[in-house]
Amino acid sequence: MSTNTVFSEVKNSGLGYWAVLGFFGLLALAGIAAFYYIHHHGHYVTGMNNQIVWGMPHVFAIFLIVAASGAANVATVGTVFGKKIYQPLGRLSAFLAVALLIGGLVVLLLDLGSIGHVIEMAFGYINFKSIFAWNIILYSGFIAIIAVYLWTMMDRSKASKKLYKPVGIINMIWRFVLTMGTGSIFGFLVARQYYDAAILAPLFIVASYVYGTAIYTLVLMASFKMTGRELGDAVLNRLRYTLAIFIALVFFLELVRHLTNLYATEHHGVESYILNGGPFSNLFWYGQILFGSLVPMFLVWCTFLRNNRMALAVAAALAVFGGLAQIYVILIGGQSYPLVLFPNSETSSTFSDGVFNAYSATLPEYLLGIGGVGLAICFLIIGMKIFRLLPTTLSDASVDPHHS
Amino acid sequence: MSKIDSYRRNFLSGLAGTAAAVTIAPGVFLREVQAKPADEPISDKVRWGMLIDINKLSDGGDACIEACKKEHGWGDEKHSNDQQDAQWIRKVKVTEKMTGKTMSLPVMCQHCETAPCVDVCPTGASMKRADGIVQVNKHICIGCRYCMMACPYKARSFVHETLVDQRPGTPRGKGTVESCNMCVNRVDAGKNPACVDAAPEAMLFGDLNDENSQISKVLKQYGGTQIRADLELNTGVRYWGI
Repeated sequence: MSTNTVFSEVKNSGLGYWAVLGFFGLLALAGIAAFYYIHHHGHYVTGMNNQIVWGMPHVFAIFLIVAASGAANVATVGTVFGKKIYQPLGRLSAFLAVALLIGGLVVLLLDLGSIGHVIEMAFGYINFKSIFAWNIILYSGFIAIIAVYLWTMMDRSKASKKLYKPVGIINMIWRFVLTMGTGSIFGFLVARQYYDAAILAPLFIVASYVYGTAIYTLVLMASFKMTGRELGDAVLNRLRYTLAIFIALVFFLELVRHLTNLYATEHHGVESYILNGGPFSNLFWYGQILFGSLVPMFLVWCTFLRNNRMALAVAAALAVFGGLAQIYVILIGGQSYPLVLFPNSETSSTFSDGVFNAYSATLPEYLLGIGGVGLAICFLIIGMKIFRLLPTTLSDASVDPHHS
Repeated sequence: MSKIDSYRRNFLSGLAGTAAAVTIAPGVFLREVQAKPADEPISDKVRWGMLIDINKLSDGGDACIEACKKEHGWGDEKHSNDQQDAQWIRKVKVTEKMTGKTMSLPVMCQHCETAPCVDVCPTGASMKRADGIVQVNKHICIGCRYCMMACPYKARSFVHETLVDQRPGTPRGKGTVESCNMCVNRVDAGKNPACVDAAPEAMLFGDLNDENSQISKVLKQYGGTQIRADLELNTGVRYWGI
């Protein structure tokens, strides 16, 4: 990797640093309070039920986990593909990935009905036919690999430098499988009309690049601004176009997914429900497609906005919003559509057969989900203070001597 | 043979089958479950199954549902709303869109041979006994609800609140998933499931692996329909009249 980049911790711990840490710390605490409340009373205090079994906490958890994989992609581009301009960005990329993953996993864990049984699970039987069980290994393995990867980036010994690229390649492959595993949670659900599609695995991989790149861009811009470091257009433009290309790819895969579904008669009902007039249609068309995809692509590729940082920040923030909308529509929308027990028939029962299931998240669910975001950012900010994650400068001259 | 003749023949043989079932019913619908000694392990030589003739369920299954509630104690949650209340068995009314033909049938865990809920469970809490009964081990269920996402029959419920006064034979608890367990406690004691005893004229319980059992004999002769047979889960619960 680039040897002339100088990294430093966040040294000027003024009021700003503690204020940011305090804010996200409060969010994390609110999440813990929400967990205690739900755990104490039971899930009846949430909007989740026997029809919508995974709700708002899972939207945040899945988003954070998928984003974690994508956040590490910035480091991969520098390591595996040898793009020198990305190499100074690697430490923050890898650390951010772990922070987001931990935030997401904690939310998933704290939403479990019987969290106490997880301890027994650690010493008991694990069913390796379950994608969940695979994910436990994939997630913990990811954290271990990132730890070694960070060491190869931060240590000066010959051994670490030698391992830099191999570990980077292992990390890339591991992430690939990890995100596929997360997508497969839905892909393997045979009876749900909106899931049960192999395309969900690659869709989640590409979506991870969008979420991860967007969050990375926002974190980089904010941390450099707050610590008074120089951030040139060369780096930002790389991130800018990477973001837009990945958004376009997700857009393409979504198009293929929906068109394939629209071809099969058995999926007409659910497609019509999601795309045309159901409670998720506005979120899909305006949230995911218009403001989450088309507007960010416009903000990046519009020639009038070249080098415009505000446009990039807005594009990244919208991509994050679009990502949350995408996960919400897939997760909640997919569960909201009734299971088909008898094709070509109308069904009814006291157990919500044949009805579109309504879902409205309660405050504790929002707080639990947002608490995961708070925890991830706290972890990141503390990491920035302990480790030398941030380059002292990413000016155009320092990252690319030939930059004009 | 012309199409019409073929249709006529199928229709008549169906009628004959139903008539035969009605005629032999008093002899067929006998209890045939043997008690298993407590120290004897569960064997895969047995596969428990159930046959439900919905034409004979004059109430569509209401009596079965009440019997199940009484046996297992679900359905009187204090805080949960209608969508959160547990339901191990429910009456589903089905109306065919084109013809308008309606029917009502009880739907519960179908005790699949290759159960999706067992495949997805990370801890093995969602399990199938060697004798084909699918159930949840509450002691190791972490409450992730992945099995509920996976079940094609929506047969599972999550306990949303603290419960008190549970039935001794039916461990239930907040934060775990539950479903019909074919009254495993009764079956091991040599009894029929509660729902079968509540509607003996319409339901038959027995060993699907034993070709001499009554359920095997009538299924061999008249067949039995699975809900969502296209999923090829080889369910242990079969229906007549759907």
